[in-house]
Amino acid sequence: MTEPPLQTRRKLTTVDYICFSLVGAIIAYTIHRVSDVLVYNWNWSRVLNFVAYYDEDSAAFVPNLLLHGIATTLRLAFWATIVAATIGLVMGYLRTSKNLAMRMISRCYVELVRNIPPVVFIFIFYFFLSGQLMSVIGLDDLNKNGTFVSSGVFYTLFGDPKLFSNFVAGALCLALFEGAYITEIVRAGIQSIPKGQWEAARATGLSPLNVLRDIIFPQAVRKILPPLAGQFITLIKDSAIVSLISIQELTFLATEVASTTTKVFETWIIVGAMYFILCYSFAALFSHLEKRALRARR
Amino acid sequence: MTDKPATGHKLDADTLISFQGVCKWFGHFQALQDINLSVNQGERVVVCGPSGSGKSTMIRCVNQLENHQRGTIHVCGREVYGNMKQLEQVRREVGMVFQSFNLFPHMSILQNVTLAPMRNTKLSAAEASDTALHYLERVQIADQASKFPSQLSGGQQQRVAIARALAMKPRVMLFDEPTSALDPEMINEVLDVMSELASDGMTMMVVTHEMGFARKVADRVVFMDEGRVEENCSTEEFFTGGRGERAEAFLSKILQH
Repeated sequence: MTEPPLQTRRKLTTVDYICFSLVGAIIAYTIHRVSDVLVYNWNWSRVLNFVAYYDEDSAAFVPNLLLHGIATTLRLAFWATIVAATIGLVMGYLRTSKNLAMRMISRCYVELVRNIPPVVFIFIFYFFLSGQLMSVIGLDDLNKNGTFVSSGVFYTLFGDPKLFSNFVAGALCLALFEGAYITEIVRAGIQSIPKGQWEAARATGLSPLNVLRDIIFPQAVRKILPPLAGQFITLIKDSAIVSLISIQELTFLATEVASTTTKVFETWIIVGAMYFILCYSFAALFSHLEKRALRARR
Repeated sequence: MTDKPATGHKLDADTLISFQGVCKWFGHFQALQDINLSVNQGERVVVCGPSGSGKSTMIRCVNQLENHQRGTIHVCGREVYGNMKQLEQVRREVGMVFQSFNLFPHMSILQNVTLAPMRNTKLSAAEASDTALHYLERVQIADQASKFPSQLSGGQQQRVAIARALAMKPRVMLFDEPTSALDPEMINEVLDVMSELASDGMTMMVVTHEMGFARKVADRVVFMDEGRVEENCSTEEFFTGGRGERAEAFLSKILQH
């Protein structure tokens, strides 16, 4: 047995250095121009105070509006993902159904959502539907002083009880919206399972439900986990649009902070950075998990 | 064993599979033209013919992986058509082995074999795994039970597929070109298992090009061409010249070497 030749570590070449310095030059020039034209008094600390401020009394940092906002964004994303995944699983299966009515229903759902701008979709849903829906399922008369509702667990899961029905409306909006994209991912996943798997499962006399549960879904889910993880990150970013219906998540609170402090640039740069850190961490986590799963399967 | 089932459609108690005037179209193409055929208890029938002649379509109609459009098919005394519950019952009595194995890649070998018995009958996991190991033993692959399909060779996978079908204790086994996707050195290990199964008295319907296997194991050879059953005669008759022109042409092509 001969050893494979040693792989030399890839090093930066001259071309790379030229590219880097070009990009650097463009950035430096832009900053120079902007500061030339823009007479602006940068003040980061005022906005940073809205991320977290130092409380003299307890001698500790206390999370402020923007951190509350990102917590709400995470809660929204969490619940919307669960609901959207459920919708997507059912609708995605119906997309592949033999039954024409089922196929038409799921197709209509997907096409309606995908061909309306998200903002318009959310206005329609919120003003026409959720107002009716919330009173029908009785969320408006939620007892704010119940033991569970006033507990810390409830706060962690749903945020402020006073804003609960508002939160549910926002999460539902997002879920219905993202559900359409998950539907398509699930459909692709189911259709990627070779015909032979269906046939072999049916040939042993399994019932249609068992065929799906034991053979098709487990394999489809493995294939669609990476795009689903991507969709989760998209959902976090898309959650910004529910700020338009006054859900108090990061973007909504950012507009408030921007108008209170009048520090528009600082606010949005900081908020952008917060979204970036959040989404990039999830992306890094998912790609790590994916690599590990790949290695484990080998 | 040389009964000609084309005449008189009465169902014997021994008749496990019977086709009566079965037709099937794919779009405008007629894949099966008026098929009349029956397979009796304990009989081994080999189906051969050029590709596109409808052999696979015919065998797949038995457990309705393809639906026929005209005529009737009876399997184990039940007519197969439409009704899902009845179809499931039929499929549990009919084992099937595919050209491309179709093992479930996300399950271990043992799970592949225990799944159907556990879901379809009220077998406990322990009982199911005992049965599964028995059949895996029979196809000589019990030592690989904890592995996954992708870790086995094609021949091994096909033997697992046979064990999986047997685990439902079927009354008939269907084989749809079981050795066509195998490397040459693995064909015999699968044919050996099939021969053994035949000598145990299993009723079998086998689509194959392995003429050596047909000669050795089959009671009857069915030759198909262009969606029709052209020959349906005893193995001896078929191989000693009692065959028609088309069958002659087909055999001379595949037995050249």
